[in-house]
Amino acid sequence: MLEITNLSATVANKPILKGLSLTINAGEIHAIMGPNGAGKSTLGYTLGGRPGYDVTGGSVMFDGQDLLALAPHERAAAGLFLGFQYPVEIPGVSMVQFLRESLNAQRKARGQEPLSGGAFLKLAREQATLLKLDADMLKRPVNVGFSGGEKKRAEMVQMGILDPKLAILDETDSGLDIDALKVCGEGINAIMRRPDKAVLLITHYQRLLDYVKPDFVHVLAGGRIVRSGGADLALELEEKGYEAVAA
Amino acid sequence: MTMPAALPTRHDEEWRYADLGALAPVWPIATETIVVVAGDTAARTLVIDGAGVHDIAITLGAGARMTFHVLNAARGYGRVAIRVTLARGAHFHLGAAQLAGGDQTVEIVTEVVHAEPDATSRQVVRQVLAGKATGNYLGRVVVNRGAIGSDGEQSIRAMLLDRGATANARPELEIYADDVKCAHGCAIGELDKDGLFYLASRGLPPAAAKALMLQAFLAEAFAGADDEEALTTVALSALETLL
Repeated sequence: MLEITNLSATVANKPILKGLSLTINAGEIHAIMGPNGAGKSTLGYTLGGRPGYDVTGGSVMFDGQDLLALAPHERAAAGLFLGFQYPVEIPGVSMVQFLRESLNAQRKARGQEPLSGGAFLKLAREQATLLKLDADMLKRPVNVGFSGGEKKRAEMVQMGILDPKLAILDETDSGLDIDALKVCGEGINAIMRRPDKAVLLITHYQRLLDYVKPDFVHVLAGGRIVRSGGADLALELEEKGYEAVAA
Repeated sequence: MTMPAALPTRHDEEWRYADLGALAPVWPIATETIVVVAGDTAARTLVIDGAGVHDIAITLGAGARMTFHVLNAARGYGRVAIRVTLARGAHFHLGAAQLAGGDQTVEIVTEVVHAEPDATSRQVVRQVLAGKATGNYLGRVVVNRGAIGSDGEQSIRAMLLDRGATANARPELEIYADDVKCAHGCAIGELDKDGLFYLASRGLPPAAAKALMLQAFLAEAFAGADDEEALTTVALSALETLL
C-alpha cells in the first residue's frame, strides 16, 4: 500500500530524513519509535505534504500513485489520513461543517455522490459514540476549548468519519490519560484493523502498543530506520532505551 | 467631517486613500439623511455589489437605537461614509464587511459623535482583500465635552489573501469628557497556515479551506443582523470570486 524508498527531506534547509525506506502492506500495523529529534514527526508531515517540508530525494508510492506529486487535499482523497500530534484549533468553524465539507470534497474527488446532511450526522454520531466523545462537541468550533484528550479522541472520530485506507498517527498517545489511551487504542483497532487498511503509528512509548498491537516495529534515528522487528522490539526499547538498541 | 464642495484631494484626510479617479465622474455625492427619533429603533442594510459611493448622515434621538449593516462587495470603487450623532443614551451599531480583489479600492469612513451622556456605539469591520486591492477603514469616535458615561468600541480586522493587497485601518478617538469608556482593536493579517494545512489534510481543496476559514471571519460583521443569513450568502459568493 505504501512504499517509501530512500526518502530524504529537509525542513528550513536542514536535512532531517536521510534515506528512509519503509514498505507497509494492506492489513498491517507498523509502529515507528525513536528518540526526540529523530525525524518521526517530519516523516508524518512529509507524507502529508505539509508546506515547508521539502523532499530532496527518494520516492513514495501510495496505492500505485506517486504520493509526492499530489497536493495535501489530493492525498486525503486518495485515502491518506494524518492524525496530528497537536490538532489545530480553528475558531468559528464548527466541527460538523468542517468534517462534512471535507468528506464530501473527498467523495467528489473520487467521483462519489455527496453524503446528505442526515446521513452525515448519523455517521458522525456513530463515530463519536465509538470514541466516547460527546456528540454535542461536534457542534463546537474545531478543537477550540477541547482538552488534550478530547482533541486526540476528536482526531480518531475524524478518522472514523473519513474512513481512510492508511492512517499515519503522530503521537496520538501523547496527552492522554490511561482511560483515554484505551479508548483511542480501541478506536484505532475498530476503525483501521482491516485487511484492506493499514496504520503507521508514530510514538515514543510502548503504552499505546499495549492496545494497538503492531505487526512491525521500526526504530528511527538520525533520519533513517536503523532497526526493524516485531512487537517484541518495542518491549526491548522500553527496557534498554533507544541508545542501546539503535547503536 | 463635512462634504467639500470641490472634488476632494489626497490632502483631505477622509479621502486620503480614496480612488479619486473613480470618484470624479460621480461627484458630487448627495447626502442621505436618517433621523431616528427619541426612543425609536431602526435597522438598515446596505449592500454594494456594483460601484457605489454613499454618504449618510444619521441622527439618533435620546434612547434611540440603530443597527447598520454594510456589505461592500463593490466591483469598482465602493465607499460608504457614515456620520452619526448620538443623543443621551442612544445606541449605534455598525457591522460591516468589505471584500475586494484586482486593483479595486473599497472603503468605510465613519464618524460617531457621542454628543450627550450615556450613549454607546459599536463598530465591527471585517475586510478580505485579494490581488492588489486596497481596503480602508477610517473611523473616528468623538466624545463631546460633558458626554460622560459614553461607551464606544471599534473592532477592525483585515485579512490579506495576497501579498499585493493593502489594508489601511485608522481608528481614532477624540475624547473631551471624563468617565468614558472607549476601546479600539485593530489587526491585519493572513490566514493561519497551520489551519489551512490541517483543513487540506482532511481533503479540502485550498479555495474551500480558505472559504471555510473566512466565512467565520466575515460572519462576525453580520452577527445579530435580521438578514444575517442572506448577507452571509452574498458575502460568500463575492468571496468565491476572490479565491
